[in-house]
Amino acid sequence: MSNRDQFRPEDHPNDHFLLTTVVGSYPKPKWLDRAKDRYEDDESDFGDDEWQEATDDAARLITKEHERAGLDVVVDGEMRRNEMVEFFADRIDGYEFNGPVKVWGHNYFDKPSVVDDVEYDESWLVDEYEFTADVADRPVKVPITGPYTLASWSFNEAYDDDESLTYDLADLVNEEIEKLVDAGARYIQIDEPALATTPDDHAIVGEALERIAADIPHDVRIGLHVCYGDYSRIYPELLDYPVDELDLELANDDYEQLDVFTEHTFTKDLALGVVDAHVADVESVEQIEANIRKGLEVVPPEQLTVSPDCGVKLLPRDVAYGKMENLVEAARNVEADLDAGDLDVPAAAPAND
Amino acid sequence: MQRIATTPGLFPLPDDAKETLSDLKGHQKHDLVSGDEAPEIESVYDDVREDLVAVQQDAGLDRVVEGQARWDDMLAHPLTVHENVETGGIVRYYDNNNFYRDPIVHGDLTFSGDLAADLEAAAEYTDDLQAVVPGPYSLADLATDDHYGDDEEFLAAIAEFLAGEVEAFPAVESVFVLEPSLVTNPPSDGEDARASEAIDTVASATDADVVAHTYWGALEEKVHAHLLDADVDAVGYDFVSNHEDNVYNIAEYGTKDSVALGVVDGQNTLVESPETINERVDWFRDAVPDPVEFDAAYVTANTGLFYLPVNRFEEKLQALAAATDDRADGETEEVTA
Repeated sequence: MSNRDQFRPEDHPNDHFLLTTVVGSYPKPKWLDRAKDRYEDDESDFGDDEWQEATDDAARLITKEHERAGLDVVVDGEMRRNEMVEFFADRIDGYEFNGPVKVWGHNYFDKPSVVDDVEYDESWLVDEYEFTADVADRPVKVPITGPYTLASWSFNEAYDDDESLTYDLADLVNEEIEKLVDAGARYIQIDEPALATTPDDHAIVGEALERIAADIPHDVRIGLHVCYGDYSRIYPELLDYPVDELDLELANDDYEQLDVFTEHTFTKDLALGVVDAHVADVESVEQIEANIRKGLEVVPPEQLTVSPDCGVKLLPRDVAYGKMENLVEAARNVEADLDAGDLDVPAAAPAND
Repeated sequence: MQRIATTPGLFPLPDDAKETLSDLKGHQKHDLVSGDEAPEIESVYDDVREDLVAVQQDAGLDRVVEGQARWDDMLAHPLTVHENVETGGIVRYYDNNNFYRDPIVHGDLTFSGDLAADLEAAAEYTDDLQAVVPGPYSLADLATDDHYGDDEEFLAAIAEFLAGEVEAFPAVESVFVLEPSLVTNPPSDGEDARASEAIDTVASATDADVVAHTYWGALEEKVHAHLLDADVDAVGYDFVSNHEDNVYNIAEYGTKDSVALGVVDGQNTLVESPETINERVDWFRDAVPDPVEFDAAYVTANTGLFYLPVNRFEEKLQALAAATDDRADGETEEVTA
């Protein structure tokens, strides 16, 4: 039984339902960047309380912006997070920071070093989730960086290998997800972009996910986000993971890798990237509809989630919003076409015969 | 065996330049270096180049690189700034959390002069200059051919292109030709000989000492054997990621008269002490068969150093220089001219 129906809005306009959501990050309002500068300036009187208020305001604003775009499942745009590894490393004992390193072009992150055994200290995301769930009228998804990425995208000075570090981190991620579930979270997305960098390690990621998913109730939807890699090296192995949904970047190279997923029946739900997260032009509704139809070559509509390729935090905010708005409109149009029987679904579920 | 402290280049930008350039250029894929930057951007790069040379001189490295600060696309840089190359989507850079723009070659790879211009500028500050270029096999591996139509022809064209660039270099002491793809995506039968010929083509374009440097593991035996056919002065081996197989290759097939030893990890903040660096070099000396006497050993980081935060990057340069300094002071080893 799929745990997807709980996210279908009561007033959903079509019979078909393509779940629309985002991967997570969203451009920060300029005033939040200015507030951060003041918060980090020792001379300024902008302290913890003021920063808390500023991030609360931003989280509320972006959650509502996602709702206004019409998304079925929303996040707060990760307004409280600086970066997907830094944010967590900052809260885990055993990490230290030495300065920014290049990811690509002029995009950097404060890649941390693991200098001692990692240990759970303060909660990572429960406050963030509770705040967002409180202000949102739609269901909330919680993106959380996976243990393999937390290990791979750190400098490992302390463990014999990244595998043992990954498993220690998986236990911490499991602890955090249990706290999130206790707080009411029903949709968790584990971000493992590092898997694409070292596809030969898919078994390590699988073992880590087993540790994470253990004891998580089945009505909690667990997604796995992977991006920018050669998927042929990790598929169909991905299908063995204990997750409900695989969230993949595919618009960036114009679905060149789609064939990889049609070769073996896609037995998970597919969260398909339908807008490019790194091109500052808003795709037209027609273009996105065509992209969504690509997804229907892989899975039937009841297994299709529609989202951007990746976090959109590097885009101008109006562009990011434009992409969300068009994404939702395109999904609703494709649903209507499906309702009307105007669409051929190559990956239609096998008939009951 | 003379120990020469050096690096394969590709340095991190100083932190203030990261910010300045990011503000001037932007964050998206069309904002990266194109080869005709605005004067205010060029001037930042000029300052960065001078800084990076000074950092190496202060540390006391024997060979000084230009730093490759403009290489937004890492080893793919010579193509992504070429007039007959379009940049496609951002693609993953080897098995790393780094990305570069896919260079799509759609016309003849004519002479560019981009690398020579940077080296000319760096030569103003140092007499110990070492050039760094992508190896032809790796550059072809990182690129997409939409013009030559055939792998063999494409590799040969890239080799000729690189040779033309190297020919235009100012006087340099040495040239590091970086060939990680020989390890990560080994050439097949026949292709291995052509990869070696391609490196030969590039090496023949200069009178400087040429090091064909490999990393991220060890070469397959046959690829290693073919590489030794290229007319280079040294082959470089990554002793951080795989010392056993690299020593096996050298013991089994020999190597050139000089050797480059990647004994400092370019991708980990744990800083090797000068003692550790020397232990690794000594371990290598003990592990290869007795009769082999090398002219020179380039003691180096295994990879480019842009993976590191600036503080650890600088500490690694200092450790490399100190390791070879200790040797010169403490031992009476033969130093070849």
